[in-house]
Amino acid sequence: MFRPIAEAKASDGTRVAPVGFTFDGRAMTARAGDTVAAALLANGVQACRQTPVSGAPRGPYCMMGVCFECLVVIDGIGNRQGCLVPLRDGMRIQTQAGRRQPDEVQS
Amino acid sequence: MSGGSRSTDVIVIGGGIHGCSTALHCALRGLAVILIEKDHAGRHASGVNAGGVRQLARHVAEIPLSNTSMALWHRIGSLVDDDCGFTSDGQVLVAEDEEDLGNCRARVDDLTLRGFHHEELIDSAELRRLVPAVSDACPGGVVSRRDGAAIPLRATQAFKRKAAERGADIREGVRVTRVSRDGANWRVETDDGPFFAPRIVNAAGAWADRIAADLGEPVPLEVIAPMLMITAAMPAFIKPVVILRKRKLSFKQFPNGTVLIGGGYLGRAIRDENRTVLDWGKLATNAKTVWDLFPIMRGAPIARAWAGIEARMPDDLPVFGRSARHEGVYHQFGFSAHGFQLGPGAGAVMAEIIATGSSNVPIDGLEISRFTNH
Amino acid sequence: MKTIAEIGLLAEQYDIAIVGAGPAGLSAAARAAELGLSVLLADENPAPGGQIYRAITTTPVTDRSVLGEDYWKGGALIARLERTDAVYAPGCTVWSVAPDEAGGFELGLSLGGQARLVAARQIILATGAQERPFPIPGWTLPGVMTAGAAQIVLKSSGLVPGGRTVIAGCGPLLYLLAGQLAAAGANIVAVLDTTPRRNWLAAIAAFPDFLRSPYLAKGLKLMTQARGKLPFRTGVTSLAAEGTDTVTGVKVTRGGATETIACDALLLHQGVIPGINLSNAAGCAQAFDAVQRCWTPTVDDWFASSIPGIAIAGDGAGIGGAESAALRGEIAALDAARRLGRLSEAERDEKAAPTRAGLARSLRGRRFLDLLYRPAEAFLAPPADETIVCRCEEVTAGQIRDTASRLGVTGPNQMKAFLRCGMGPCQGRLCGPTVVELIAQVHGVSPAETGYYRLRPPVKPITLGELAALPPTEFAVKAVVR
Repeated sequence: MFRPIAEAKASDGTRVAPVGFTFDGRAMTARAGDTVAAALLANGVQACRQTPVSGAPRGPYCMMGVCFECLVVIDGIGNRQGCLVPLRDGMRIQTQAGRRQPDEVQS
Repeated sequence: MSGGSRSTDVIVIGGGIHGCSTALHCALRGLAVILIEKDHAGRHASGVNAGGVRQLARHVAEIPLSNTSMALWHRIGSLVDDDCGFTSDGQVLVAEDEEDLGNCRARVDDLTLRGFHHEELIDSAELRRLVPAVSDACPGGVVSRRDGAAIPLRATQAFKRKAAERGADIREGVRVTRVSRDGANWRVETDDGPFFAPRIVNAAGAWADRIAADLGEPVPLEVIAPMLMITAAMPAFIKPVVILRKRKLSFKQFPNGTVLIGGGYLGRAIRDENRTVLDWGKLATNAKTVWDLFPIMRGAPIARAWAGIEARMPDDLPVFGRSARHEGVYHQFGFSAHGFQLGPGAGAVMAEIIATGSSNVPIDGLEISRFTNH
Repeated sequence: MKTIAEIGLLAEQYDIAIVGAGPAGLSAAARAAELGLSVLLADENPAPGGQIYRAITTTPVTDRSVLGEDYWKGGALIARLERTDAVYAPGCTVWSVAPDEAGGFELGLSLGGQARLVAARQIILATGAQERPFPIPGWTLPGVMTAGAAQIVLKSSGLVPGGRTVIAGCGPLLYLLAGQLAAAGANIVAVLDTTPRRNWLAAIAAFPDFLRSPYLAKGLKLMTQARGKLPFRTGVTSLAAEGTDTVTGVKVTRGGATETIACDALLLHQGVIPGINLSNAAGCAQAFDAVQRCWTPTVDDWFASSIPGIAIAGDGAGIGGAESAALRGEIAALDAARRLGRLSEAERDEKAAPTRAGLARSLRGRRFLDLLYRPAEAFLAPPADETIVCRCEEVTAGQIRDTASRLGVTGPNQMKAFLRCGMGPCQGRLCGPTVVELIAQVHGVSPAETGYYRLRPPVKPITLGELAALPPTEFAVKAVVR
């Protein structure tokens, strides 16, 4: 669980409108400019994938594109590194399942 | 590294699956063997190939060796105390259209006339049963049901370990610099001093032409770097290995879900640096073939691509058997990117030839003399 | 500076392609562009700065005292680049660098879900550092992160851990982060220092040099600030994260006694090591650095690698810190300009002289820090068999030790064939150093003798669809015609 140290403000001091997205169908908001992984952390999401080997839950670990623990499905495309993808309004983010079923594989 | 005897019955040069298998089978026949490998066993083609254990679509000259080998693959665990990751779910050659299927039929008929029955023509229904994910446009193909795949480096290392256990002296990290006659023996000069034996086996893969040249038997060996790619784990959707005839493709899903994509597109080999450089333009063509054939694969992440350093002969057939010039010299190289399946059997046949002077397994058409006699 | 957001807008060829927009990449790009060379600076993050100056142009943390003045120094590097004509491609992943047959290089790039091949005459890899793997039981539990990850989240999103937070490990960043998080209002319940006490003995000979170094004042300040305010515990010899679906506590052994500290977040750190995946996959030679205890690309005085035309600047060629990284980028760019005929050797040497003096200054005291904060053996080669070493393929320390001894496996590349360690999507970034330590330990040799993984492109996965749609390059077409 992460929390913001202060309310998000633009450089001119005005309040910045949050960005809306869903995670596994749940509506969430985060600060414009966050990465997908940071947005999930800010919403109390600790685990965002299961491993393909044992199915164990995993969550963001390095936040710099090295560990591949923050893999998620974004707008239907799997295996995206959440810590490298900027959050966009209306993004549909899903848990990256471990052993996936064929119908979940998208082109 | 420099301990142990320097004189032996047989010196095997090269620690690929062929060298290791020949060393093991020589040891099983009670011969004293030293195997000399410049890197580590399976460092090159034997360790990084696609792992296909395939009788399907082989040149007829290779089929007897391939048959011998397949029998050994099916009892590989008892031979080397490791299952080598071998699974046998068949290999399927997919015909992409009716003309292609016609060629398949002609091939199977030809093999039948020659007395070989391992390849079987299949129609569209059987193809769909074996490979449900294949594109609907494909009308049938050929299956070789006892074929399969193994884990190459693990298999090569298993042969090495078993050979060592049966008394073979394995010298890794030792480079052969020159081979010459020394009385009744062959003198194999290395960067770790000379070794001596009355019989030597040239199983040096992409470096075998240098040994052959030392022996006055130069061969037109081409150093190639066939490329492979592997994806992250995908849902299980295919069991047999799939190959094509018209376009280059070899396609295989491992039990852990990863998918291996090959087909013989070549990168660039830098033989003296043990390095290869990939050609992404060709790999893109390779990926396009998969895109067409297996729509399920379009979003698959490519995790790694690589190429091994391998020897190819002008006729795509190995050089296998006695030297054309010298007593006590045997060649076993140039497997032209399809030698992995042959390794276990070729080693057994080579050891038989060395120990008894002959073998019942025909190897006609593989002699070195086809390149050295003009 | 021209920022490119679409892959199709990149040119076919650049004089220099620079990978990574941290201090080394930023200053290399600026210097090369100032010399009139066409420059592509590709970086996979959304904004420039690398990790050290992460999000410096976008951070919501406006109170400058939270991140400290060292952080804000990075602004000058970006301002300098902005005044040049360099092309900057954020969100752009470089997944392959390979020599072409014409003596130049081909880069494989992905941007916005599309891949492309672009040619460059010279390459500077400025891929920076990553945190050294810190394998302890339970380190894969959600809620366990690297200390650097928490720092990145703070810099780029203004977030701090919300619950009870434990920071564990060793190295200067530990103190820096503890101070930053505390300043930002996090609830730090313990800072667990694993620095082995006997490291002081090894480091003491390098102490006089440290006394004259820029690190001294900075370090003392950090240390006294952090120690004064925070619950420090030194002499920690064993750690294990506890919990089932998420971390709930950390089991700590110090002075022979073991206790469990309840926590909601565990942040791990034991120094940084060069990020070598791209240079290794490109074929650059590397060697084991016994002092920094990590694999490091082999470079000369101009940071040129073993492959002519590829230079490696910044922490990716050995850990030296942010200040030295910027200077090394500068020097590498001057040499690239010399290789391209833009500068003579004498001009290059003259321009590099003041930078070299600064570089020597910036590296003073580094050896002392390297020796003092060398991780304990138990955290390099985890003693507990159940500790996961390869996070991707879930391979444990016990499996690696067993395979190394029972099957006589002597190197990490052979280990892959048996256990698949290093074959997951991270390609060994989080297990390579540990696998090497474990194999070396079993066989009683130095990691230098076991070798390291041979890494393969793509160093970051690309989809089959992206690859299948790869547009043919003008270069490739020419190669066919020739």
